[in-house]
Amino acid sequence: MAKRIDVSGLTAYYGSHKAIEDISMTVEPRSVTAFIGPSGCGKSTFLRTLNRMHEVTPGGRVEGKVMLDDENLYGSGVDPVSVRRTVGMVFQRPNPFPTMSIFENVAAGLKLNGSYKKSELENVVEKSLKGANLWNEVKDRLNKPGAGLSGGQQQRLCIARAIAVEPAVLLMDEPCSALDPISTLAIEDLIGELKERFTIVIVTHNMQQAARVSDRTAFFNLAGVGQPGKLIEIDETERIFSNPSVQATEDYISGRFG
Amino acid sequence: MKTDIEPTSSAAGSPSKVKTRSTGRAGDKIFLGLSRGSGIALLVIMAAIAAFLTYRAAIAISKDEANFLTTFEWNTGTSPMRFGIAVLAYGTVVSSIIAMVIAVPVAVGIALFISHYAPRRLATPVAYVIDLLAAVPSIVYGLWGALFLVPHLTGLYTWFDDYLGWTGIFSYQGGAARSLFTVGILLAIMILPIVTSVSREVFRQVPKMHEEAALALGATRWEVIRMSVLPFGRSGIISASMLGLGRALGETMAVATVLSPNFLIETSLLDPGGGTFAQNIASRFKEAGNDGRDALISSGLVLFVITLLVNGAARMIIARRKEYSGTAA
Repeated sequence: MAKRIDVSGLTAYYGSHKAIEDISMTVEPRSVTAFIGPSGCGKSTFLRTLNRMHEVTPGGRVEGKVMLDDENLYGSGVDPVSVRRTVGMVFQRPNPFPTMSIFENVAAGLKLNGSYKKSELENVVEKSLKGANLWNEVKDRLNKPGAGLSGGQQQRLCIARAIAVEPAVLLMDEPCSALDPISTLAIEDLIGELKERFTIVIVTHNMQQAARVSDRTAFFNLAGVGQPGKLIEIDETERIFSNPSVQATEDYISGRFG
Repeated sequence: MKTDIEPTSSAAGSPSKVKTRSTGRAGDKIFLGLSRGSGIALLVIMAAIAAFLTYRAAIAISKDEANFLTTFEWNTGTSPMRFGIAVLAYGTVVSSIIAMVIAVPVAVGIALFISHYAPRRLATPVAYVIDLLAAVPSIVYGLWGALFLVPHLTGLYTWFDDYLGWTGIFSYQGGAARSLFTVGILLAIMILPIVTSVSREVFRQVPKMHEEAALALGATRWEVIRMSVLPFGRSGIISASMLGLGRALGETMAVATVLSPNFLIETSLLDPGGGTFAQNIASRFKEAGNDGRDALISSGLVLFVITLLVNGAARMIIARRKEYSGTAA
């Protein structure tokens, strides 16, 4: 079930350094929201606060509220492990488990959640690989190591692994930045299909990509080195790229800085 | 957007000529010679050791009236000589296996604690103390083993005898615990630092992205370790264990101090007796005559071969899983 994300007053730190400050936004279910902004503006940090991965970094801590429908992810008594089972994540560099086969990679999340019959696992693995547009390429070699695939295939394997556990939200941290243009296109097409079922948030450095895949776009910026990153504006993607309401956004997308 | 590359301006503006002579050549040559020389020297030394052992062993074995491999006897003072390595091979292998069974899980546990569980303030001193264990001379371990461990193990061995005595290998007659099992425990403590520190380094090198992959799926800390850290560290743990095993197989002084040797294979691991290659050589070398020394060297050759076989087996285990090791990516 895709869920709505409602962030209010979120500030994240690395030790004493404030990385992002006072961010509030709403992400609609079954839509794609893109985060853009210059390097170091905190968009990846912000993304990682949405599944409580930020606090895994030594010194990482978060203030504020992230509501997933009506549950506060940072409420007391909320287990970060269970949050990450509901909010899936795909990383910048494809990271299939190197010691596992393709099948085991996709089934990895399910196995964490409990014991399944072999036939159930097979069903879910096939469904997830089909969902990630990878089934036809790997169906004959499911028992081969996942690390033997090409970079683009590995990234789709990671997407299959993330969607196998049926998360409510799928976070993608520059999922195409390590891929060639053809693999990138495959992932972008896939994102278009996945948004029928999931709430998708994607960080990207590629503004064309943001324009192609997303429904809404958020622009992040920072006042200077060492300053915390802030959300400048979030709006319909079309509006951000044609007629943004803040001058900084227009400067950034037209390439005048950053 | 950020990188406006203007390839023409810089190329046209710089009139630099291609240098025909590199200044680094001499350094390259020296370094090449040094590294190639070291490599060759290593092979030559190994070959020389093997040749020496084989030559002297051949002399001894040709004078051996008993079966070299199966005899439970070591009489080299008499003529003709009668000696065999069966007891030594058994004792060496069994005490080392006991050491590995005890030390490897504990070492991996300590390494994981240092690399993944302990807060930094605690991890550094713990790692330091473990490394310090490696600096203790083996004779000190031997004395500690003989004076402290041996008398304190009688209780444990009686308990073993009560509950596991029926297996035969854990029966205990009483008396000083100067047995192969005690040697195994002592060796376990001695190899703990090396296995721990090598495993710890390997665990530290687990790429962040593998751990994050597991975390993002909702893995607990232990599940992250099971899914990412241990598989990645597997070949490292094997290498670390082999380093430890090498030390256990060859340990001399500590074993010689603790064990009360005889030339019998006891059914029970807890009863005193048996011997190891290194211990046997150390105990007998001084009093042995020329032929006796050759006989001891022949047993050294067997230890050499066992070590080679063990290392070869470890390499095969590592190579068999190579395509899953993550280096292919």
